[in-house]
Amino acid sequence: MLNIIDLHTYYGDSHVLQGVNIQVEQGTVAAVVGRNGVGKTTLCRSIVGFTPVRAGRVVFNGDDITNLASHTIASRRISLVPQGRRIFASLTVQENLAIASQPSPSAGAWTMEKIFSVFPRLAERGRHRGDELSGGEQQMLAIARALVANPILLLMDEPTEGLAPAVVATVGRLIRRVKDEGTSILLVEQNAAFAVQVSDIAYVMSKGTIVHSSDPRALWRNEEIKTQFLGVPPPRTLRRD
Amino acid sequence: MTYLITQTLNGLFSAALLFLIASGLTLAFGVMRIVNIAHGSFYMLGAYVAYTVTARTQSLLAGAVAAMAGVALVGFAVERFFLRRLAAQPLAQMMMTMGFALVFRDAALMIWGGDPFTLPYPPGLAGSFAAGDVVFPLYRLFVVLVAAAVGVALWAVNEKTLLGAKLRAAVDDPEMAGGTGINVGLLSGLVFAAGAALAAFGGVMGGPILGGYPGMDFDLLPLAFVVVIIGGMGSLKGALAGSIVVGLVDNFGKALVPELSYFTLFAPMVIVLAIKPTGLYGRA
Repeated sequence: MLNIIDLHTYYGDSHVLQGVNIQVEQGTVAAVVGRNGVGKTTLCRSIVGFTPVRAGRVVFNGDDITNLASHTIASRRISLVPQGRRIFASLTVQENLAIASQPSPSAGAWTMEKIFSVFPRLAERGRHRGDELSGGEQQMLAIARALVANPILLLMDEPTEGLAPAVVATVGRLIRRVKDEGTSILLVEQNAAFAVQVSDIAYVMSKGTIVHSSDPRALWRNEEIKTQFLGVPPPRTLRRD
Repeated sequence: MTYLITQTLNGLFSAALLFLIASGLTLAFGVMRIVNIAHGSFYMLGAYVAYTVTARTQSLLAGAVAAMAGVALVGFAVERFFLRRLAAQPLAQMMMTMGFALVFRDAALMIWGGDPFTLPYPPGLAGSFAAGDVVFPLYRLFVVLVAAAVGVALWAVNEKTLLGAKLRAAVDDPEMAGGTGINVGLLSGLVFAAGAALAAFGGVMGGPILGGYPGMDFDLLPLAFVVVIIGGMGSLKGALAGSIVVGLVDNFGKALVPELSYFTLFAPMVIVLAIKPTGLYGRA
């Protein structure tokens, strides 16, 4: 449903994305993992139209959406949970959700009621301004803001950054739930241990290209990739799952 | 005492006009970061268009509507076809608006000539009322009430509607606003047009008393900027506070020490900037 084909993006003279190829299949979670500064956030920005793409294509459900205006891309039901949350500080929690809302006729669509039942804390904080929320609350709001648009594709850029372990677990459960309800997800994460747990396919990014892709479990067993590209310390006798 | 009350009421009339004009200036700055030198031109064009249409139709209301609609259209075109090409280049945008201010000034001179004029009073508002010793023109009171109503309406739109929330989102983080599906470009054009219409409205409302004349655009501009700088650029509340400060100070200054009128105008601005560089209600 999302095909990223040989994508090249620059910041000025700096060649950040150097031919990225990624596919997200309908109803799955694709993870892009890699160290800080390899171009993960630039990839998200290029898909949603924040940063112009110099070459290559972004194809969404058969349509070329490369370099469309970001509000046009959003109206095609691609939502972003951005790095750093970027909650609108002077808007209340309710307003942050209201401006992003795109109603959908489908059963189980994300309405305000559904949002508040899934995120009871946001209901309690409904009239508070965005800049009065804690970091965890802001991350929940960022995810909720993306969900009220009823996305077909959800982009999540470092959703666990700076969160307490309990909140990270909540984000993990949310990702599984959203996927089970039929939304496809592209998850960009530096936290590879988290990403491999919630994804169906994992892409490893380094220096602006995809250097490896595989089943997430296979990736997690590949010590060479882990030490070389993910900065995960070499073998410990620690069992996962 | 009578003198004090009369001057205060006059000051509030100036404040009301300034608020109408400065609110548009501050909104455009808040959303687009455009320092609009042509804002005084919108005020001038409002008065001139209203003058022509009122003369033809014998209706001040028709003149006011035509002035606001026409100037809104001009403002929308200026933003859509010129300023937007220079997005994120504040200095270039400011120079562009400076150019437009000069073009509009000369165009007005070409079209309407150099003769000053005044607009007629709205029916029934030409008189004055007396309360004890204080005699105050009805029309000035009317302008104060209208400006207050406009202020309440702007506040309500900004704080209580979805459109207002989208506007504030676009001010907070324009890129992310686009990412949540808001057409920030269109919103900017509409805000700029609405600001131009408010300036034109100010020209019409001031018309019966201040009239229209060549140079009225650049006479007004420093006042509007002082208001916006005192209040904080981008803040509606600031425009209100700034208008009242400038309206009163300018009025009393000109009445008491006319030879220092520019000093009394700019001194409050300097004091506010020294204490709070972002203005009373501005954000860093």
